[in-house]
Amino acid sequence: MTTLLETRSVSKNFGALAASTDINFKLESGARHALIGPNGAGKTTFINLLTGVLLPSSGTVLLKGRDITTMEQAQRVKLGIARTFQINRLFRGLSVLENVYISIAERVGAASQMLAPAGTRRDVIDEAMALLETLKLANDAHRTIAGLPYGRQRLVELAITLGQKPEVLLLDEPAAGVPSAESHIILDAIDALPKSIGVLIIDHDMDLVFRFAQRITVLVRGAIFAEGTPKEIGANPDVRAVYLGQAAHV
Amino acid sequence: MSAPAPAYENPGAQALTGRHRLRLWEPLPWLLALAFYFLFPRHLGFGTELLITVLFALSLDLALGYAGIVTLGHAAFFGAGAYTVGMLAHHGIWNEPITSLFAAAAVAAAIGFASGLVLLRTTGLTLLMLTLCTMALLEEAANLGHDWTGGFDGLTGITIPPLFGLFEFNPLFPKVQYLYILGVLLVCFVFVRTLVYSPFGQSLTGIRENTLRMHAVGAPVRTRLIVCYTISAAVAGVAGGLWAQANAYVNLSTLGLDRAATVLIILVLGGYGRLYGAFVGAVAYMVLAHFLSKLYPTAWQLGLGLMLVIIALFFRGGILGMGDVITNWLRKLRAPS
Repeated sequence: MTTLLETRSVSKNFGALAASTDINFKLESGARHALIGPNGAGKTTFINLLTGVLLPSSGTVLLKGRDITTMEQAQRVKLGIARTFQINRLFRGLSVLENVYISIAERVGAASQMLAPAGTRRDVIDEAMALLETLKLANDAHRTIAGLPYGRQRLVELAITLGQKPEVLLLDEPAAGVPSAESHIILDAIDALPKSIGVLIIDHDMDLVFRFAQRITVLVRGAIFAEGTPKEIGANPDVRAVYLGQAAHV
Repeated sequence: MSAPAPAYENPGAQALTGRHRLRLWEPLPWLLALAFYFLFPRHLGFGTELLITVLFALSLDLALGYAGIVTLGHAAFFGAGAYTVGMLAHHGIWNEPITSLFAAAAVAAAIGFASGLVLLRTTGLTLLMLTLCTMALLEEAANLGHDWTGGFDGLTGITIPPLFGLFEFNPLFPKVQYLYILGVLLVCFVFVRTLVYSPFGQSLTGIRENTLRMHAVGAPVRTRLIVCYTISAAVAGVAGGLWAQANAYVNLSTLGLDRAATVLIILVLGGYGRLYGAFVGAVAYMVLAHFLSKLYPTAWQLGLGLMLVIIALFFRGGILGMGDVITNWLRKLRAPS
């Protein structure tokens, strides 16, 4: 197993507030890794540091051994890091298919093409339609995002990200707002991905986390509090005290 | 080439593959423009002004309607094109009409590119003010460079040789100008239409709808915006060049806030991000302005203002958007759930 993504003593301060403190983290290829922690623990901040939305105050971020600490977001995407957002970031005025089309066109380099109609890039449309099939979105392909139920919008959020064919997939609460009857669609879609992809998931739904993850990292107040297999984490009394105990009445 | 792929059954895929096809009604505006030529030979001056305004609004639609670049300084490029044509002709350097338009497009594009490099780092209100400033700087430069630009008086008596060496531009009966401008508009329109339906155009709408997400799918957002802004500036430059040729003079009004604000109003009125919004908006605005100013010479802008308020409050998609709003109402009435 090779290490895909690694952080070495990464810290991020917003003024006096330490959002991330000295985080040493590794995501292996093929990993199904979960990041959990109470609200405000700095989980999304950590994802932002990995994807380049934020730059760390200190420390380094490595992708397959290459230093990407100060690299721009779009470049990291080209190198294979893709993410979903906790709060949907969709192209609201466009159709579901167009949303996915934009993502795939960008990956395959079609998006700078000016003189041929978008509708003639059958390769992009075929791939987008296949992706929508796996996410059970094909029947909504023609609908604009603004008229779609929230749960379906969450799936489009995932579809746009999967359109990037990432090697490292970062999922920020992908199932939040998805009706529980449909949350399996998300896990099924992740199961269908190539096994070599490293997936890091943030979620508050402990059922989903324990079903999905082979490894769990617990983040508390910006620092790594514990790391281990689901079994170890579930049995860790400290974790139960700070996190699982609270989660029961969230 | 391989055999044509089978048609999609999925309505979403059909919409995307069929989007760029010519609609049945699309020749209509062009037939109307031709009909105008035959029916109103005495109003062709008004007609040329209208066609130029359509082209100018179309250039703004590319930047504002498709890429979401908020600008209040688009007349900078219109003026740059007009002054390019005017100065080249006035100083006896070059005055062949069609090649002059290429020069106008090139100069406007260069200014669009250079200013875009700086401006498009910003968004929203900052961007709006900076586009306004760029235009004001150009206007002041035109005002001060008296020897070259004619300063406040502008450049008059521009002579344009006959088109293709055959068709004379007659300022009193602008028949040739009208058809010439209609032809240039058609070429530019086909170009812009191709662009907005291309994958590049699709990515511009992506930037408009959610810039942050475009970064997250790896799009070179700023480069795309600069390319779009440059192309839009070039088209606006062509419109300005046509204006100088049709009127045989150039003055500071081509560069002013008045013109920039008017074209913005026209686009909002017609419906932005819709290609034909430029046509509908320009016709609606100029016809309204024409008749209202005859009816109420002192307060005619009140009527336009009122119309704009109604559009902004109830019909965000402009006049063309009204159709969507009404069909939505009807659909809801038919299926109440």
